[in-house]
Formats: sequence, structure tokens, C-alpha cells
Amino acid sequence: MNFDFSDEERAAQETLRRMLAAQCDRNFVRRVLDGEHGLSRELWRELGWQGWLSTSVPEQYGGQGLGYVLQCAIALELGRALAPVPFWTSFLVSEALLLAGSEDQKRRYLPALARGELVGTVAFAETAGGIRGDLIAAISENGRLTGSKTAVCDGTDADVTLVAAKADGEVHLFLVDLHGAGITRAPQTGIDPTKSLARIDFTAAPAEQLGDERAGGWPVLESLLARTAVLVAFEQLGGAEAALVMARDYALDRHTFGRPVGAFQAIKHKLADIYIANELARSNAYFAAWALNTNSAELPLAAATAHVSATEAFDRAARDNIQVHGGAAIAWQHDCQLFYRRARHLALALGAPGQWRARVVANLAAARAA
Amino acid sequence: MDFEDTQTEAAFRAEVRAWLAANAPRFVPAAEASEAERVKLMRAWTAEKAKAGYVGFTLPRELGGRGGSAVEEIIFVEEQARVAVPHIETFNLGPSVGIPVLMKHAHPEHVSRLAGPTLRGEVVWCQMFSEPGAGSDVAAIRTRAVRDGDEWVVNGQKVWTSGAHIADWGMLITRTNPAVPKHQGLTFFILDMKSPGVEVRPLKQMWGRSEFNEVFFTDVRIPDHQRLGDIDGGWQVVLTTLSNERLALIYDRTVGRNLVAPLLRLASHIPSPEGGSLVASSGFCDRLASYYAVVAGVDHIRKRISTSLSRNERPGAEATIGKMTLARVLQEMAAFGMDIAGTAGQVADADPDLAEIQESFFMSAGYRMGGGTEEIGKNIIAERVLGLPQDIRVDKNTPFQSPAGGR
Repeated sequence: MNFDFSDEERAAQETLRRMLAAQCDRNFVRRVLDGEHGLSRELWRELGWQGWLSTSVPEQYGGQGLGYVLQCAIALELGRALAPVPFWTSFLVSEALLLAGSEDQKRRYLPALARGELVGTVAFAETAGGIRGDLIAAISENGRLTGSKTAVCDGTDADVTLVAAKADGEVHLFLVDLHGAGITRAPQTGIDPTKSLARIDFTAAPAEQLGDERAGGWPVLESLLARTAVLVAFEQLGGAEAALVMARDYALDRHTFGRPVGAFQAIKHKLADIYIANELARSNAYFAAWALNTNSAELPLAAATAHVSATEAFDRAARDNIQVHGGAAIAWQHDCQLFYRRARHLALALGAPGQWRARVVANLAAARAA
Repeated sequence: MDFEDTQTEAAFRAEVRAWLAANAPRFVPAAEASEAERVKLMRAWTAEKAKAGYVGFTLPRELGGRGGSAVEEIIFVEEQARVAVPHIETFNLGPSVGIPVLMKHAHPEHVSRLAGPTLRGEVVWCQMFSEPGAGSDVAAIRTRAVRDGDEWVVNGQKVWTSGAHIADWGMLITRTNPAVPKHQGLTFFILDMKSPGVEVRPLKQMWGRSEFNEVFFTDVRIPDHQRLGDIDGGWQVVLTTLSNERLALIYDRTVGRNLVAPLLRLASHIPSPEGGSLVASSGFCDRLASYYAVVAGVDHIRKRISTSLSRNERPGAEATIGKMTLARVLQEMAAFGMDIAGTAGQVADADPDLAEIQESFFMSAGYRMGGGTEEIGKNIIAERVLGLPQDIRVDKNTPFQSPAGGR
């Protein structure tokens, strides 16, 4: 049993942490929030060149074939830095290709995604509500896709998107070139402007089905969501840990009633609660990383549990980081809002949190029945 | 990130499994067995384990231990949990806390005299710290020990002493000098629980069972050679016991109790207004998933602790997270279980799941205090892990018997 990152993974984490501290500090993230620049292609390409985006992609497709655990460690650091990069979206597209793509599709997209030259995203939501077949109206016929998708993450910048659309009455997954014909993108005002959102209208846009066979897209989509949820859980954990450090440091620094505010139990216990939630989330995330890496039958439950646990942890850390900072924290200039926003973005990115909770229980019930 | 046993661990697990399969069945208590019968069986089971070398895993062989590793202990505990052998938590205290404390602070003669019998289940230990006026603030105890030649004379009262009614020996903290600040006037002893003047009175908990006791001392005489540590230096010994107790929590099955399965079963029989059973309803899923995330998280924290033990690192405060979260979640799950059953949720004797839920409702209230309250646990995390300042302790430097001390 070695239920921890390996020494090599830790060393890689440390290298990435230093790189991000230099190239993606909080001021950098703030400038995105303030609209000074959007998604940073340079940072994305730099991450790609240095190999941070492709450790789980096999070498034959331009990746490094090092498995998923290292990719999880990388997600943790990107989350800690609140890196405004299209990480989980591009990961999801890569996974879709690996899981169900044709050989030609893999060769066309995977190396460019691995190098950070392409930005991939996923378009599934059309209305409020969970990710459900009955809420998908987009239709694909004869290689043309028509429909409207909302809240497409990194949608203003992405080059290629995976789209959930109906064909012959069933939900299937399609790849669409966002620079092609029939695409209209409109930026949306989002909860976290460091992760841009767009509405994308597809009007008879050329679309190719994911994979050669029309094998039924729903199980593939569920599987993709689970696999991506593991990475998102690590991103959430990284953010939650950074928020805790920020709150702790402030609680030691700020004095009130003649003592550091961190000397009062009201604050000590609040910070201890964040720590406990983070450690629970970390343990669940570790287990999910193991399940993803070994393709364990426990992955669906482990992934959903990790995402639920990390969502609770990051939401709590982001909320109480503000509370510990007091009134100053609600100023626009203050960095607390970066966590408050990102926590919500990552909670909602892969569909309704309630749906993830239902997945946890459905998997528990199925395991009990088996 | 490797969740599987190493080859050595797997081999040990297989060995343990085979041994348990061959030996455990003889020790399974009958459902209607009395406590006395269970204790007798537990002593016999412990002796059987000792013969096979499955006790005192990290203790030296010359004391009757296995001279093995904490990982072996965890594997054994995991496997043992799969068989229905008797389980009485009190039997754990001697091997996991008593012997290490004796080794560090007692006369070598006591170690060689008591270690073997303790590991074989012939000597069971209890720990007499808490008093009616001293819970979280253990150093505020008032039980007095006064020197009389080569002996000490003890008078006072302890409370919440687990297993004192079955214990053969006890660890006892007393006040020997009330004129100095509270931590500096304490002295630690071990004593034979059959000593004249020791009276054990069982306490009945609100859930009907009796696991704790009050212990009264009336002119109890303890020889000075049974003192551990210096005169007035007992607090150092208490700290040793507490650090071993924290490790022992890893093995505690009672705090691992959870209601995920009973809640799923119960909900599967209750129709949902949304159609189908409650299991698929969002109200049920929202809550159960949160509870499960805590239960699973603690399970995996145990794996992380096993990992640090296997590297010979000492687990830190994360070892207390299980105790601090499971009890509260158990209490919430129990109330939730009754809630979904509605008015019928008040009835305990119709459905075994509701019976377990109701019992957990009461027991969890106790777990939230056992081994230290959640609030003290949070202080420890805040101070030792997060580096926040200590609480102000107004009586830290004042003599215990002064008006500001020991209150």
C-alpha cells in the first residue's frame, strides 16, 4: 500500500508549482478578471510544451503515457494557482478521443491538444437543469449539427468542441470544428470571468460523430464525466487548500481585541473545519485517482464521491475565507473573490451537483443490490 | 498511488485469513451470551492470538510482542473485523497504551511482570483520568495522593472510566501537590484494581448499556514503586498515554460505525412522492451522498495513515479526523433515518434498521465526547496543524489551590 503521490510525482508538482508562481501568480489571474486579457494562449502553450497537459495520453498520440495519477497531481497545482487555462475541458476532449474516437480522429486532435496548440471544450447544457437526454434538443443529421448550447466553458477561445446532440432520437457525441461554418459564438457574463463562458449556436455546422460506430453516446458521456470529475476534484482541492492558507495567514496577521483573530476559537474552529473538509476531499480524491489509473470497477462511485466531497470542501473554504477576512474581503480589489468564483465554476462545470449526489447514491444502491 | 497490498502485505493477509478461518469459529459468542461470558471468551481469544504471535505487533519479542510492524497490525485488524469474534474495546488499552507507557516510564520489573499477561488477555487495563470536575481539562483533577513512607494514600473519585468493571489493572493520575500550577502537581500510578478501598460503580448510559464506571478511592494504598515518572511529573506520563491513544483510534471499530446501508435499506421500502422509492429522490440523495462522502473520506484517510506508518512516520493530527467527523455524521444520519420514516420512525422494535438507527442516535451523542470532545480536537488541529495561537489559559501559572487555579 502506498496511498500517496510518489516521490517523482511530488517532484513534478514542485516544478510546476514554481513555474506557476512565476508565470501565473494571483496578479496574473486578476488581470483576466479585470478583463485586461482573456485566456492566455501563451501560458497554455507553455504548459503544453513542458508536457503538463499530456501525461495521461499515450506516447503514440503525442503524450507521455505516464498514467493518470501524475495528471491528477498537475490538476491539483493548476487548481491551487487558480490557473485560467482550459484544463479540464481539454482533458475531457482528449479522454473522449481515447475512449471512443476513431484512429483518424485521435491522430488529428490528440497531439495538438497535448502540445497546448488546440483548446478543446464540451457543449452539453442547453437550459437550466442537469445533464439529461430529455433536455438536449440539438440535432445532428447527415453530418450537420443544429442547436444552441449555453455556458460552454472556454467557449470563446476553444478550437474544437465535443457536442451532445440527438441523432435518430438518441444522444450521441460529435466533434465540431469551432472555426468552421455555421458557428456563432457569443460571450456570456459568467460567475467566474477567469473561465470564459459562451453561448454557441450551431446552424447546420459540419459535425463528425465521435468514433466510427454509432455505439450510443450516453454511456460514453457518463464515463467521460466521471473521468473528468476526478481531475476537477483535484483542481477543486488545490483551490480549497490555497484558500485555507490565505485565510490562515490572514488570521495570524490581523489583530483585533489585542490578539491575532486566529487566536479566537470562533476562527480557529472555522479554519479547523476547512482543514477537515479538505482532508476528507483529499482522501476521496486519492482514491478516485487510483480508481481512474487502474480503470477500477469502483471508478463511477469513487469519481462521484470525490467530486461531491471536493465541491463541499472548496465551497466551504472559499466562503469562509471571506468570512475570516471580514469586510475587506468583499472589495473588488481583494483576491478572496477569485476563490469564491472559481469554487462555484468548478461546482457547476460538470452539471448539477445534485446529479452527482444522485450518482453516488445510485452506485451505492447498485453495489448493495449486486 | 497504489491501493493494493504489496507482495509481502498480501502474503501476510493470506496467512492471517487462513489462521482466522481455522481458529476464529471456536470463539464466536452466542447471540444471548452475557457480558461475563463475552469477557471470558475475549480473554481466551486473546490468549489464542498471543500463542500465534498476533498480539503486540509493534512490541518487542522479549516482552511477548510480535516485533513486527504497524502495517501488519492494521491488516490483522481489518481481517479480524470480518469474523464474529468477541470485540471488547477495553482489551485494546493495555497493549496499545498501557505497555508503551510502562516501557517508557515504569520500573523494568513491572514491564516484565505485566507485559506478557496483558498481551495474553490475562490482565485487562483501564485508564482513570476524567473526574466529575475535570473532562477536557484533565490537569484539573482533584483525586489526592499523599505520601506515607513507601506508600501513597489515594482518596477521590474518577468517572467515565471505560471497562473499569472488568479491568485488572489501572492507570491513575492523582494530585500530589496543590500548591503549584495544575500541570506541575500531578503524579501517575499503576494499581491493582482489587486493592482495598477501590470501588467500581457501573454507569448506565442513556442508550441502556453500561460501558463506563465511576471509580471511588477510599484510603487506597499504592506502593511507591508503582509510580510512573517523577513525583509531581505525572503530566509527562499523561502526554505519553494520550499520544498512544490517538494512534489507537485508528483501530477503533466503533467509531467506524455508519448507517449508509441501513439508510439505503430503509429508504428502499419507502415510496417517494416522485414515484419509485425514496432512494432515487433528490432529497434523499442530497443528504446521503454528503454523509457517504465523509464516511468514505475517513476510510481513505485510514489508508493514508497506514501509508505513513509503513514509512515509519508518525501520523499527525489527521488521525483524529475520523473520530471528529464520524460521530457527528452518525448523529445526523440517525436523525435523518428517523425523519424519512416519519411518525413511524419513532418505533424501534418493528424494524432492525430503525433499531440500529435509534441506538446510533444515542451512542453518537457519546462518541462526540469520547477520547476528547470535537471542540478540543478542533483546537488541536488549529494549533498544531495550522499554527494558530493557543487559547488563553488563565490558570496555567497560578497555584492549583488558589481561587483562580483549577476551576
